Amino acid sequence: MEFLGLYNYWIAVVLLMSGFYAVIAKRNLVKKLIGLSLFQAAVFLLYITMGKVEGGTAPIFTSASAEQIFSNPLPQVLILTAIVVGISTTALGLAIVVRTKEEYSTIEEDEIQQMDCQENVASE
Amino acid sequence: MNAIFGIFLLTLMLITAIAVVRTRNLFVATTLMGIFSLLLAANFFLLDAADVALTEAAVGAGISTVLLLSALSLTAEQEKPGHRGRLLALAVVLVTTLALLHATLDSPRLGDIDAPVHQHVAPWYIENTPTAIDVPNIVTAVLASFRGYDTLGEVFVVFTAGIGVLFLLGHYPHKQAHKPHEGLRHYLIQRLVGRTVIPFILLFGFYVQFHGDFGPGGGFQAGALVAAGIILYALIEGTDRALNIIPKWLLNGMVAGGALLYGGVGIASMLMGGNFLDYSVLSSDPVAGQHLGILLIELGVGITVTGVLLSIFFAFASRKHF
Repeated sequence: MEFLGLYNYWIAVVLLMSGFYAVIAKRNLVKKLIGLSLFQAAVFLLYITMGKVEGGTAPIFTSASAEQIFSNPLPQVLILTAIVVGISTTALGLAIVVRTKEEYSTIEEDEIQQMDCQENVASE
Repeated sequence: MNAIFGIFLLTLMLITAIAVVRTRNLFVATTLMGIFSLLLAANFFLLDAADVALTEAAVGAGISTVLLLSALSLTAEQEKPGHRGRLLALAVVLVTTLALLHATLDSPRLGDIDAPVHQHVAPWYIENTPTAIDVPNIVTAVLASFRGYDTLGEVFVVFTAGIGVLFLLGHYPHKQAHKPHEGLRHYLIQRLVGRTVIPFILLFGFYVQFHGDFGPGGGFQAGALVAAGIILYALIEGTDRALNIIPKWLLNGMVAGGALLYGGVGIASMLMGGNFLDYSVLSSDPVAGQHLGILLIELGVGITVTGVLLSIFFAFASRKHF
């Protein structure tokens, strides 16, 4: 039971690392961005987990009770804005991938590097 | 009961995430990411983060899936096999995982009220929200008033990302024979369901926008919801019809206008003798001033987020293969 309280952190760590694996090991640029989203989601989970208070409720005052325990609002504020910022930056990444595809007609990293190398050799 | 349900959801998330990383089909990965986001949103709800759950459900499960799919339609659906350095990557990931897992052993248990994170500034926010701001939703009070600078920064990041996407995809190098985008107009069921659901999505979006002081909600969530409603319309009726309703100049105006409104409130409070983004001076009664300020800046946030998400969607959707 003692270690059950750490389960959220463990899942966050494994999610973080599976996202990280996709970023460093996969060659496909879209897959890398998906990995980055996983990484992000793991950070969100970590923050929200930290804000939880046992027996607390969502940090909204209701008329019902004066003596309520609230979960910590601050991590929620940070993550709330981070989610929207996250989708905007992911979209920016996807836009770069789309342009890469139009220039190189591939989104595999190694093929792009190969084409770059050939181009360098040809220009010399 | 909640704890068991939480563990169940987390385990499902873990399985989904591993499937996302393993699959070579990017279409499958995108769909699984949508499921992952929904599970994450449910988890946030269990962890008392209603506002965050709302945002994650609208953004992660809705808009991000659509954006990924439209990016896939412009690139490739299948990942090519073969990866060098896979073992090295696995080793790095394993070592880091173990180190991080070891580090968690010292961290406070879930729900521990004595955890350091609850000792710092958060109790002050909870204590002072009723007297200084007087809105029931503490998250809104912290987001819009106590930490208004942060939020202004975030809005400008969203704004900048939107501008970046428009720079990258907003122009069309080859003028092609223009074939209007038909959407799903010929599919009766999708069309009927869409027509029934879209007004309610938009209505809920506006409710979330203006009720954000009292319940879960605010500009970020509302922006995502309204954008999701209009994106649904664009998917069903075709992007051209959607762009007739909400033309490009209006979108560009929204992208800039919302951020400008937020900044403008800050300047206005300076001109009226307060500090930047100190809403107390906006009205003769400080608390009423806070209410007015929060309403205005949440409106600015909502307008910018809607504008940026829609601009990004239309930039992807109206780009053709070539």
